[in-house]
Amino acid sequence: MSFIRPAATLVVGFTLLLGIAVPAAFTQVAGLVLPARSGGSLVERDGRVIGSALIGQDFTDARYFHPRPSATSATDPKDSSRTVDAPYNAAAGAASQRGPSSQALVETVRQRVMAAGPVSAPIPADAVTASGSGLDPDISPENAGRQVARVAQARGLPEERVRALLAESTTAPALGFFGVPRVNVLRLNLSLDAMR
Amino acid sequence: MTLIGWAQIALVLTLVLAAAMPLGRYIAAVADGRVAWLRPMETLLYRLGGIDPSRGQDWKGYALAMLTANAAGFLLLFAILRLQGVLPLNPQGVPGMSSWLAFNTAVSFVTNTNWQAYSGEVAASYLAQMAGLAVQNFLSAATGIALALAVSRAFARGGLRELGSFWADLTRVTLYILLPLALVLGAAFVALGIPQTFAGPVTATTLEGAEQLIPLGPAAFQVAIKHLGTNGGGFFGVNSLHPFEGPDALVTALQIWAQAVIPFALCLTFARIVGDRRQGRALQAVMLGFVVAATAAIYAAEAAGNPAFAALGVDPAMGNMEGKDIRFGLPLVALFTATTTGASCGAVNAMLDSFTPLGGMVPLFLIQLGEVLPGGVGSGLYGMLVFALLAVFVAGLMVGRTPEYLGKKVQAREIKLAMLAVLVLPATILGFTAISVVLPQAASSIQDAGPHGLTEMLYAYTSAAGNNGSAFGGLAADTPWMNATLGIAMLLGRFGYVVPVMAIAGSLAAKPRAPEGAGTFPTHGPLFVGLLAGVILILGGLQFLPSLSLGPIAEHFALLAGKTF
Repeated sequence: MSFIRPAATLVVGFTLLLGIAVPAAFTQVAGLVLPARSGGSLVERDGRVIGSALIGQDFTDARYFHPRPSATSATDPKDSSRTVDAPYNAAAGAASQRGPSSQALVETVRQRVMAAGPVSAPIPADAVTASGSGLDPDISPENAGRQVARVAQARGLPEERVRALLAESTTAPALGFFGVPRVNVLRLNLSLDAMR
Repeated sequence: MTLIGWAQIALVLTLVLAAAMPLGRYIAAVADGRVAWLRPMETLLYRLGGIDPSRGQDWKGYALAMLTANAAGFLLLFAILRLQGVLPLNPQGVPGMSSWLAFNTAVSFVTNTNWQAYSGEVAASYLAQMAGLAVQNFLSAATGIALALAVSRAFARGGLRELGSFWADLTRVTLYILLPLALVLGAAFVALGIPQTFAGPVTATTLEGAEQLIPLGPAAFQVAIKHLGTNGGGFFGVNSLHPFEGPDALVTALQIWAQAVIPFALCLTFARIVGDRRQGRALQAVMLGFVVAATAAIYAAEAAGNPAFAALGVDPAMGNMEGKDIRFGLPLVALFTATTTGASCGAVNAMLDSFTPLGGMVPLFLIQLGEVLPGGVGSGLYGMLVFALLAVFVAGLMVGRTPEYLGKKVQAREIKLAMLAVLVLPATILGFTAISVVLPQAASSIQDAGPHGLTEMLYAYTSAAGNNGSAFGGLAADTPWMNATLGIAMLLGRFGYVVPVMAIAGSLAAKPRAPEGAGTFPTHGPLFVGLLAGVILILGGLQFLPSLSLGPIAEHFALLAGKTF
């Protein structure tokens, strides 16, 4: 039929052009001009890759600032048919996907609020809710502020020094306009480790 | 809601409208064959395909060519997805997709839906993403724009049989509009942190000594066309929420711009083709009004937060943060969500399943209104023109005159075909949802109890039939039943809609174009804008009200009363 040849030609031709040639050339140029950005903004310390500046990682040690709850999971190493909680599993970003009226969600949030201990002021929402990507690299300045005393005590540092470091590490909105102020947890913790 | 938040929304929308003006003019030039800076490439494709670009097709020929090209695209993509395990460029070592999943995914990308029952970094090889899925991002978008151009031409002159050459339209739109825009936007995305590499995943050792496997890939270029073509299929599973797919608020602002700019520009292209600039402004006004209203509703609902959390001692100041990342901020989440569902894109920068009930109802309702606000690239314009015909018909009934749109008499045949097209959406959405909530093998896909569970199912079929592709992610979508029925819903939503629309175009093209007279109902003023908005709300939206009452509205009142499920 007269339709088949043009259809097949355009589909195959555009696959070779837009699916192979153009992206291959684009990748080459991106790698030459912006090697760090195009390669995932990896962060190295002492010659070893310790993560990506854009991807959150899990911190539980009292000496570090803690990230937001993460709903990512991983295959259970003991039983491959099951999954287990694995916060900040970057191989498979995920959200809780729980609806706002879900009992399971409300119960999880309640436990997180309890774990935060007796508090005088209301808890910042980002401290007790799971992020959408499961890999959120940031916390809110309010959330970080609540952790200053704990981190300072665990490290034997004066609170003012930790607070000053936090202020330095706070990222302003993009172009001073888009988005909200935020604190990149990995960067903040790296500069904590680099102190003294 | 804050002033600075609204300023962000206003700035992005202003940039969309500003860019739509020159772009609309440029697309009209491309449609006329007046743009030719890749002529050797264009000629080569024509020669290999035995195509004569100057030979026009009538509506049947145009529609058949479109269907054949889409069928060829489906077959190639299906084969790549099934065989990706043995094909090159597969550093993650993913296996071939199951035939149900490959069917669903191939239909999804060919119909410009980009519903994803798989997760990119886990289940798609670099080759499948780049040479399979991304190519369909281009071709399905170009198909939509080509169809919109053909429909526009039907209004331009009288006594016309031919609506243009589908082959030439597809080739020109791809080469001269989508490719250059994707290259520029893709370069900006790399500069802002979206990866573009063939290197495989990297293993990092975190500060606390754990291992973290970081996925990479040739993402930036594909993410660029994903938004420009209102496709919406993420390179990574969590879409534009992934820090590599949406590294910061500037990227999200650019993505909003990209997914709205071509649909808004096409209104002006249409106006140029029919030779009356005011007509494009009227269509844009309706689209913009709905986008702003929807953004305000989402912004307000999400900023108010979840009352169940506030009762636990959570500060409501940040709003509802479950399923959201910090960096975008609520204003751009609201605008992104309104444009991605209004524009049939389907990318997400926040998880809709965890939105407050009313915040989640808005994107659902925007899709149900027919994906015309502003709609997908091309499909938004021809969908809006169907509503415009119905609007002049309603106006004609009120005053007892034969309705006309742009000098073309709108008669029984056109209205019947228009209603046929408009009814595809409710029949598909409500039909499949009703079956799936009672059929055990389907209902087992629902995650959440209570009214939210119904919303999850309703959203899935709405998204598929509307060719949107966003999801209430709690639903387990990778089952044979869901893969098959959602695939059918996508096909009906795309081709079941567009074939009647092309028949309308063929019928209108043949009619003479009458000059404007004293009795002509003007289709560019505020009266028409209001009428068109009303027809969209009533004809497009009313039949979904019962299902919305049982889902999100019931959930809203339950939550206010302190009830959880």
